[in-house]
Amino acid sequence: MTKQSKTLNLNFGPQHPAAHGVLRLILELDGEIVEKADPHIGLLHRGTEKLIEYKTYAQAVPYFDRLDYVAPMNQEHAFALAIEKILKVEVPIRAQFIRVMFCEIGRILSHILNVTTHALDVGALTPSLWGFEERETLMTFYERVSGSRLHANYFRAGGVHQDLPRGLDEDISKFCDSFPKIIDDVENLLTDNRIFKQRNVNIGVVSKQDALDYSFSGVMLRGSGVSWDLRKSQPYECYEQFDFKIPIGKNGDCYDRYLCRIEEMRQSVKIIKQCLSSMPTGPIKSMDGKISPPSKEEIKNSMEALIHHFKLFTEGYRVDKDEIYTAVEAPKGEFGVYLISDGSSKPYKCKIRAPGFSHLQAMDYLIKGHMLADVPAVLGSLDIVFGEIDR
Amino acid sequence: MSHLEDLEKKINSELTTRIKESKIKHNQIYLTINYEDLLDVIFLLKTNKSTKFRQLIEITAVDYPENQKRFKMVYLLLSHELNQRIILSYYISENQQIPTLTKIYPSANWMEREIFDMYGIKFTDHPDLRRILTDYNFEGYPLRKDFPLTGHNEVRYSENEKKVVYEKVKLEQNYRNFDYESPWEGTKYIKEETKK
Repeated sequence: MTKQSKTLNLNFGPQHPAAHGVLRLILELDGEIVEKADPHIGLLHRGTEKLIEYKTYAQAVPYFDRLDYVAPMNQEHAFALAIEKILKVEVPIRAQFIRVMFCEIGRILSHILNVTTHALDVGALTPSLWGFEERETLMTFYERVSGSRLHANYFRAGGVHQDLPRGLDEDISKFCDSFPKIIDDVENLLTDNRIFKQRNVNIGVVSKQDALDYSFSGVMLRGSGVSWDLRKSQPYECYEQFDFKIPIGKNGDCYDRYLCRIEEMRQSVKIIKQCLSSMPTGPIKSMDGKISPPSKEEIKNSMEALIHHFKLFTEGYRVDKDEIYTAVEAPKGEFGVYLISDGSSKPYKCKIRAPGFSHLQAMDYLIKGHMLADVPAVLGSLDIVFGEIDR
Repeated sequence: MSHLEDLEKKINSELTTRIKESKIKHNQIYLTINYEDLLDVIFLLKTNKSTKFRQLIEITAVDYPENQKRFKMVYLLLSHELNQRIILSYYISENQQIPTLTKIYPSANWMEREIFDMYGIKFTDHPDLRRILTDYNFEGYPLRKDFPLTGHNEVRYSENEKKVVYEKVKLEQNYRNFDYESPWEGTKYIKEETKK
């Protein structure tokens, strides 16, 4: 008698709570061992890149909020930087500080979500309840500064839309004092937890070489021991003025990536504190009337300001013919914008480089030979959000 | 930025005739190459000791429908060791096929699938050239400039047929693409000022 083995095809998602959105993962199983994983993506495809080609530069900003919707401002940042570099606009120092502060708030927002839902996927409920309360606080900061909790539309080429409202800096400062305690609490539950470790240590191991070959970036790269962070290596904005450290993993498994994210949150708090303590005064957007809209008061008094306002909100500002790639260290990795402008007020082409796209691509390589139960753990530690992968 | 200029010189001396044009702008190197040399150039940039562009960041295409060589292919490479980026590009015509990079960079797999999906450019020897982002059975190439913004089909749940049905896009009002751009460029001095 010959032993017959048959592989089983399993549809994981697109409606599955551990798929982190709308991932359809087709798994080929031999017993409980995964032999092949074929992710089908695009269920959240909205044609962002096509839409941006039909909008003026200012109108394109909100689309960036809708990519990685757990850290919206980090992506607006990449787009704003691209335009600023082409137009050679000076960003006032106060605006730079505000941007850095809110990018770090975005990083904490994203990491809380990831760490806690990752824990949820492997069986720990409580961290998500604690973490989401903090996320709510952070989103009120977003709301107070931009008017909305998630889709901020706050960064502009040349600065930010509005100045910080009165009292916000004190509240953020209070948050910075209380938040490390919450990280400690979450760590108490997870870091030395036997079950959490059994589910994560030596799962989804990525070697240094493979991390490079598969175009990994961010925590996925650092977890494998590559010291690379765009905030340090190619400092944009005013990151070189701040004192912070970049945590690096050793083994490249899910557990190391979790540890990296926890430490990055602490470092982000440190950056926010430095921003608050040395926040400069001054304008919050470029004073160039051809790019930044005038204030309401100016419009009432100056004809030129009125014309500028009208031109900016109908035609929009023009961007010289150029081609540029700018990248920022988003919470998930290197988020880049490849922009081609043709001298008109609309981008000719805007390619968005989403870090999660490359990470999810490696799913087959990561999960091969693991058990079915490890799929949610690996997916969780990849930190995927479908807004940015499907675009 | 002497590092960058040194690097540009090194690349030019290694690749000599294969480089059609090279320039430095925005702190990045822009290279234009011939389509035939793609694999050689990429392989050399990745493995050469003085370049070490070990990471492929992104591949993308740009559509210029009025050009005879319609598509511009763009490859973004990153070197961690040298902390530099390269933007590599070349032009191809509509029906030309390009060699895949999957053997050099495994991550090129999905990036090339996306280009195939969005622009209809085919890659030879690609292990798995399927559509990736668009719907199953989708027709057309959305990011080409001649593809309408509204698309061709729309989807809804039909109560009568008790299933999801595909229909031709029907707009209550035509898509309005306002052209706000000034018909006159303004007086001469503004023109000159904006040129600076």
